[in-house]
Amino acid sequence: MSNPLVDMQKPDVIFCIGTNMTECHPVAATGLKKAVARGAKLIVADPRRIGLAEMSDLYLPLRVGSDTALLLGMAHVIAREGLIDDAFIKDRTTGFDAFFEHISQWTPEWAETITGVPAKDIETAAMWYGSVDKSAIYYTLGITEHICGVENVQSLCNLALMTGNIGREGTGINPMRGQNNIQGAGDSGALPNNYPGFQSVTDPEHQAKFRTEYGTEVDLEKGITKVTALELCGDSIHAMLIDGENTLLSDPDREHCEHALRSLEHLVVIDIFLTETAELADVVLPATAWGETDGVCANTERRVQRLRAAVPPPGEAKSDWWIICQIAQHLGFKGFDFETPIPIFNELCRVSPIYAGLDWDRIEKSEYQWPVPHKEHPGTPRLHEETFVNGRGIFSNVHYRDPAETIDEEFPVWLTTGRRLQSYHTRTQTGRAEGIDYLLPEESLEVNPVDIEKWKLADGEWCKMSSARGSITIKVKATNRSPRGTVFASFSFADVPVNVLTGSGYDPVTHTAELKVCPVRLDPL
Amino acid sequence: MTRKMEIDGVEVAFSEGETVLEVAQRHEKEIPTLCYDPRLEPFGGCRLCIVELEGARNPVASCTTKATPGMVIRTTTDTIEAYRETLLEMVVGENREVDVSPLRGYAAGELADLRDKYDVSSTGITGAKSGTNKTDDNPFILRDYELCISCYRCVRVCAEQEGDHAINVMNRGFHTQITTEFDGLLKDSACTFCGQCIQTCPTGALADKKALRAVDAVGDAIPDKTRTICPYCGVGCSIDVLTKDERIIGIHPAMDGPANQGALCVKGQFAYDFVHHPDRLKTPLIRGEDGELHEASWEDALDKAAEGFRKVNAKHGRHSIYGVASGRAPSEAAYLMQKFIRVGFGTNYIDNCSRA
Repeated sequence: MSNPLVDMQKPDVIFCIGTNMTECHPVAATGLKKAVARGAKLIVADPRRIGLAEMSDLYLPLRVGSDTALLLGMAHVIAREGLIDDAFIKDRTTGFDAFFEHISQWTPEWAETITGVPAKDIETAAMWYGSVDKSAIYYTLGITEHICGVENVQSLCNLALMTGNIGREGTGINPMRGQNNIQGAGDSGALPNNYPGFQSVTDPEHQAKFRTEYGTEVDLEKGITKVTALELCGDSIHAMLIDGENTLLSDPDREHCEHALRSLEHLVVIDIFLTETAELADVVLPATAWGETDGVCANTERRVQRLRAAVPPPGEAKSDWWIICQIAQHLGFKGFDFETPIPIFNELCRVSPIYAGLDWDRIEKSEYQWPVPHKEHPGTPRLHEETFVNGRGIFSNVHYRDPAETIDEEFPVWLTTGRRLQSYHTRTQTGRAEGIDYLLPEESLEVNPVDIEKWKLADGEWCKMSSARGSITIKVKATNRSPRGTVFASFSFADVPVNVLTGSGYDPVTHTAELKVCPVRLDPL
Repeated sequence: MTRKMEIDGVEVAFSEGETVLEVAQRHEKEIPTLCYDPRLEPFGGCRLCIVELEGARNPVASCTTKATPGMVIRTTTDTIEAYRETLLEMVVGENREVDVSPLRGYAAGELADLRDKYDVSSTGITGAKSGTNKTDDNPFILRDYELCISCYRCVRVCAEQEGDHAINVMNRGFHTQITTEFDGLLKDSACTFCGQCIQTCPTGALADKKALRAVDAVGDAIPDKTRTICPYCGVGCSIDVLTKDERIIGIHPAMDGPANQGALCVKGQFAYDFVHHPDRLKTPLIRGEDGELHEASWEDALDKAAEGFRKVNAKHGRHSIYGVASGRAPSEAAYLMQKFIRVGFGTNYIDNCSRA
């Protein structure tokens, strides 16, 4: 997030796109509800009539995968109506003239033909977003889990840059992160393109630094993403070490994924349960869980916080860091002789400029949001206040692209996937918490009541849902949350493995899977 | 311009918009409250926070009275204390019990604490009991309205803090009853089971059923608290984990948590016990000759884990090994995972689970 969570209460206009915040980030949504209660206008763009849509002032029910078109149409209106921030564009950005020309062709009427959202509503959204002092954008995986995830994010950046809605209180471009330390995992350098602290692996200066730091040679080119690695399993990838991820259920195209992991010569999984993924491993190593581990995590607003152990682990379970150290030491690797997590975190701080002002003791009270470049620095709740990291904000002349697969006669229905309030990911945790079943005992497919009749399905009955990759059976639930022609299911339940169906394509840059769009066919059982 | 007022004979500064209660609390005056939750709009229902305002005929509720320049306030006169004592006697006398388990909720002991402070006997004023319990088969929220004092904190936290508006009020006066729409079950209402009503209730009338189920196992003693961060989404809510005898028995939201300021959702509030689930892996497992996973010692498992990487490295080269870090393990694990790959194999063949 460019802005801190407390800023959620401050915008004049809030634009939520591809985020089901009241279910997936409920506590963040409380800030947004307070803003709305105070009088802020809420624009919600989402294919489904989610909780946020119900409380919005303007709801844009776009067709799945058409976000770029919607955002181009909005940019067109903002430019046409003269709602641009000339001073900000002049002082802080580059490439506006070309962008201005680029968007002249993408009218809201054109966007309506792609998105299905009435042109007048696209105009209203643009006018609202562009005409107030403080507009803020919030998004989640509904923006990124597309083959055009990069273009979607760039389109949002275009809106913020052309209206000067970045670098100030109550504005910004704010992605909500989905796991309690997914931000920290990236910060720590568990990425094929970055060393710790987002230092590019292709920058000679960073290469030299880590050559000295780690005392080894490291490849001068980027590594491959996990998506590519899974594709290469059995071909050029032959061993994997997976920590705390149920790849088999969370990644798209389950059959492909299972085949990939089975074709490895050596798979080691560190986890707290024998997950579907761990069941395929050669060695399974029992880790301490949350509540049993001392460590550090970073939240969606870049706040670096302490995790503290409250109870001892069961049996012989050990901390993830200890396990990795032990494997490394058994292989004779240097630099893994740690006795506690404290020097590990302090080493991360030492090698990462964004954490340079931090250490284990300084984060005791959760006060710091990175970057914290030195010990006297107070942290950075709001990014891009004075300058952008790369100097100037760059306008991107993006084009709309269709999803990897589009509906046709064989697969005439759009399936989109996501999470639900009461379950989390693949339910390794919530599925084992007493009481949660009372609220959400099973998965069901959300279908518009009119479609149920048209497709000869029945509310509460099972149906067969098929895509180009496979089929599953799932119970049908009638709801107006789903628009005509689009259905929704979560990926949480192992007995309804929706990832058998998904996996039509990936963003070519980030390799993020298009989990939000999958053409399917529904047949009564 | 600094604004000044007088509290208990001392001149104090205040800012525009502050209430008398806020100014007094800032100057460490102990003013009793029951309907007050600093996160919510002032309500002025319980009248315990009354103070004397010079020039006013009657005492005023300090939580709803804005500070104004020149105001002269007395927080603790004999008259005021007598009023408070009588008010407390009436509140205490209406309830079935006042001493409740601390596991009922974060603020559940507030009424008992005030009763003790003012030395109010529960038999001082005896009369009809107010509030009717509601049977609700949900596993999380006990609706023990016989302990309700109609402070409306639950109604207000649900509306103002959560924006859910699931809790309502039925009837008036002595017959006031906290309820939900159509007086039904919570699951049929707009309730999201975030547990905020439990945590703000000052008497334990709305209580944490899940924590109370642990009472049998751990007794009624005050649990230990450990400050940490919720294990679910990326918002990073601060929580206090309640433990007893090496078991997690409940969660309290951290009212000073920078990301959540006391708010939580159903997962953070109630979905903690996966930690103690019998399915937890307790020993390393190694796949045997028979193709099955078998329990093993750490030494054997680590040997086997290392041996596999050594063999694959020798046979296929260093670009045949890949590491996937967790988005739920602490940063130290992710840091060491990338270090393991970079130091051990000299590649950038490392990722985390953020792409899917």
